[in-house]
Amino acid sequence: MNKTGTTSPKQTLPKTLTGIQGLDEITGGGVPTGRPTLVCGSAGCGKTLFAMEFIVHGAMLYNEPGVFMAFEETERDLTANVASLGYDLNALVAAKKIVLDHIYIERKEIEETGEYDLEGLFIRLNYAIDSIGAKRVVLDTIETLFSRLPNPLILRSELRRLFRWLKEKGVTAIITGERGEGTLTRQGLEEYVSDCVIILDHRVSEQSSTRRLRILKYRGSTHGTNEYPFLIGESGFTVFPITSVGLEHTVSSERISSGIPRLDSMLDQKGYYRGSIILVSGTAGSGKSSLAASFTDAACKRDEGVLYFAMEESPQQILRNMRSIGIDLEPWVKKGLLLFHAKRPTFYGLEPYLTAMHKVVNDFKPKVVVIDPISSFIVGSNLMEAKSMIMRMVDFLKTNQISVFMTLLTEGVNDYTGIDISSLIDTWLLLRDIEIGGERNRGMYILKSRGMAHSNQIREFKLTNHGVELLDVYVGPDGVLTGSSRIAQEAKEKAEELLRHREIENLQQSLERKRKSIEAQIDFLKAEFEAEETETINKIAFNKLREDFLIKDKVNMAKNRKRDTDKETSATIHKKGNPSKME
Amino acid sequence: MIMTHKKELLEIHLPTQKPLKKGSDTWILRLYVAGQTPKSITAFKNLKAICEEQLKGKYQIEVIDLIKDPKLCREDQILAIPTLVRKLPVPVRKIIGDLSNTERVLVGLDLKELVV
Repeated sequence: MNKTGTTSPKQTLPKTLTGIQGLDEITGGGVPTGRPTLVCGSAGCGKTLFAMEFIVHGAMLYNEPGVFMAFEETERDLTANVASLGYDLNALVAAKKIVLDHIYIERKEIEETGEYDLEGLFIRLNYAIDSIGAKRVVLDTIETLFSRLPNPLILRSELRRLFRWLKEKGVTAIITGERGEGTLTRQGLEEYVSDCVIILDHRVSEQSSTRRLRILKYRGSTHGTNEYPFLIGESGFTVFPITSVGLEHTVSSERISSGIPRLDSMLDQKGYYRGSIILVSGTAGSGKSSLAASFTDAACKRDEGVLYFAMEESPQQILRNMRSIGIDLEPWVKKGLLLFHAKRPTFYGLEPYLTAMHKVVNDFKPKVVVIDPISSFIVGSNLMEAKSMIMRMVDFLKTNQISVFMTLLTEGVNDYTGIDISSLIDTWLLLRDIEIGGERNRGMYILKSRGMAHSNQIREFKLTNHGVELLDVYVGPDGVLTGSSRIAQEAKEKAEELLRHREIENLQQSLERKRKSIEAQIDFLKAEFEAEETETINKIAFNKLREDFLIKDKVNMAKNRKRDTDKETSATIHKKGNPSKME
Repeated sequence: MIMTHKKELLEIHLPTQKPLKKGSDTWILRLYVAGQTPKSITAFKNLKAICEEQLKGKYQIEVIDLIKDPKLCREDQILAIPTLVRKLPVPVRKIIGDLSNTERVLVGLDLKELVV
C-alpha cells in the first residue's frame, strides 16, 4: 500500500511539516495532515520531545497553533524540560499559540459504578482546540488511561471514537504510545491509528547507544523504510536522512586550487572540482594531513570558510605541525575562516558524532570540510556502520555544495580500500612510501579523478619548510628513483650533460680553427696569385716594350738601308703595338 | 458508617437553585454530565434514589453540563462522563459511571464499607 504513492507531489496526500530536522525529508513533507500519527517507542526514547517539537515548531514556524495534552507530565515539568532547548512555552501559551493541558487522574480516587464514556475528554480537547484554533494536537501518552481508568473495553471503544473524532475535526495529531511486549504499543493502539506509524528506538551496541527512527507505515505515501538514526541534542530532535532519497545534488564545474601548484597541474591544470569529494589515502606519516592543510590554506586564501574535523590531533598540535612545513593556519582561525572541531568519534558514538557534525556544519556554513582521518570512525567491527555513516555525511555535504577533503589511513602499500567507499570518491590521491637505497620517500599519484583528464605520473612528494612540493620522479631501469637516489641520478645526469657540452664546444672550436686556417690559406693563395699576376703583367708589358723596340730598330735599320716599305709587315706591327701603347 | 437522618430538605439538582446552608454533615454532590444523554439521565436517577435512601434531607446535588461550560473539564479534571464528585464532606471523592452499581456507589461515597 505504501508503495502505491506516486512521485508527483501533486498526487500525494497533504502533509504537515513537523519541523523536526530530517524527518520531513524522509517522509517527503511531514506527517499526514488532518490524520493521527502514532509515535511509539520504549521509555526514554524521545516520544514526548518528538511530540513537543511538533507542537512548538507548528506554533513558531508554521503558524499552526497546537494543543499538547499530557497524561504523564505536568505543564510545569513540560515547560522546564523544553526550556533547555530554548523554547519558551509560557510565552507561547500566553500568546495563545499553544495550550498545555495536563490530565491528572488518580486511580484510587476513581470508583467505577457503571457504564461511562470519555465525553469529558472530548469536550476538554474540543474546548482547547477551539480556544486557539489549533491545527495540531498531541496526546502524550494516552495509554496511561488504561492504568488509571477501569474497564478497558470501554476505553478501547472510546479511544477508537476519539481517533475518529480527531480525523473529523481535521486536526493533525500525534499520539504517543509505549512499546509493549511483542506489540508496538501496550494497548495495541496501532489498530486504531493506522495512517502513519513511527517507531522510535534506543539501543546499545558495543557500549555506544544509538537512537533510531523508523517509519513503519505511511498510508498513501512513499517514505523511507530504513532505520534512521536520530539524536536528541542541544538543538532538539534531529533525524538523519541517511542516504537522502535521491542523488540530486547540483554539480558545479567550478575548479578550486588544491593549494599545491604542481598538483593543480596534474589535475587537468585546474585543481579539484568545487563540491567534490577528495580522498587522500596513505600509510602513517605519508603526508596526508599536510595535503589537507595545503588545501585548507588555499581555501582560506580564497576567503572561504573551512571546517576542520580533527579526529586524532588537537587543533594546537595541527597548527604547530603545519607551521613547521610553512603553512600557517593560525591567522585564518583568528579571522574566523577556519574552525576546528576536534573530538574523537568514539567519544560520542558514530551517530551522535554525525549529528554533531551536521549541527556544526549548519551553524558554520563552510565551503570546505576537512575530515582527518575518516579511518577513526572505524572502531572494532563497525565497518558497515562506519561506511553508511560516511556515506550519509558525504551526501549531506555534497547536497550543500561543500567540498570535502578526507584523509584515510591505510595499512599496506596496496591497501586501496580500507573502508570500501571508493565509489563515493570523486578525486582520490594516493600517497605511497617508496623505499629505495635505504631511505623512505613519499610518492603521490592520482588514483582517480572524475570528470577530468588527470596526470598518470607518479610525483615525488616533498614536505619543505615552505609547504608541499611535488617533483618529477626518475624512472630508471631499476624503477622509480626518489630522494638521494634521485639526487645522485640528477648529479650524474648533470655531469654527463656538462661533458656533452664540452664536446660540442670542442667540435665547434676546431671547426672554427679549420675555417680560420683555410681562410688564411685562401688569403695566402690570393696574395700569391696577385703577386704573380702583377709580375706577369709587368713581364708582358716589358716584353711588348722590347718587341716595340725591336720593331723600331728593324724599321730604323731598314730606313738606314733604304729598303722598300713592306706594306704588310708595317700594318701588322702597327696593329699589334697599338694596345700596349695605349696603356 | 451509618448516617443519622435529619430534617428533610429539598434536593437541589441545578446549580442555579438556592444554595444549601452548609453544615458539617451536609453532603454536596456534583454530577458532571454532557448533555441529556441516556447515561446522564440514568446516572441522575440512580444518584437521587441512593441519596433519598441514604442521605435523606441532608444532601445537595449540583448537575453540571460540561457542554455548556467546557472550561470546567479542565478545572475539575473530568474525563469520564458521568462523573460524580463528592465535594463535601472532605476528602473529595470521584465516582465514574452511570451509578447503576449501587454497592459500588456506596463504597465510592464512603457510605458503606466494601463487602468482600
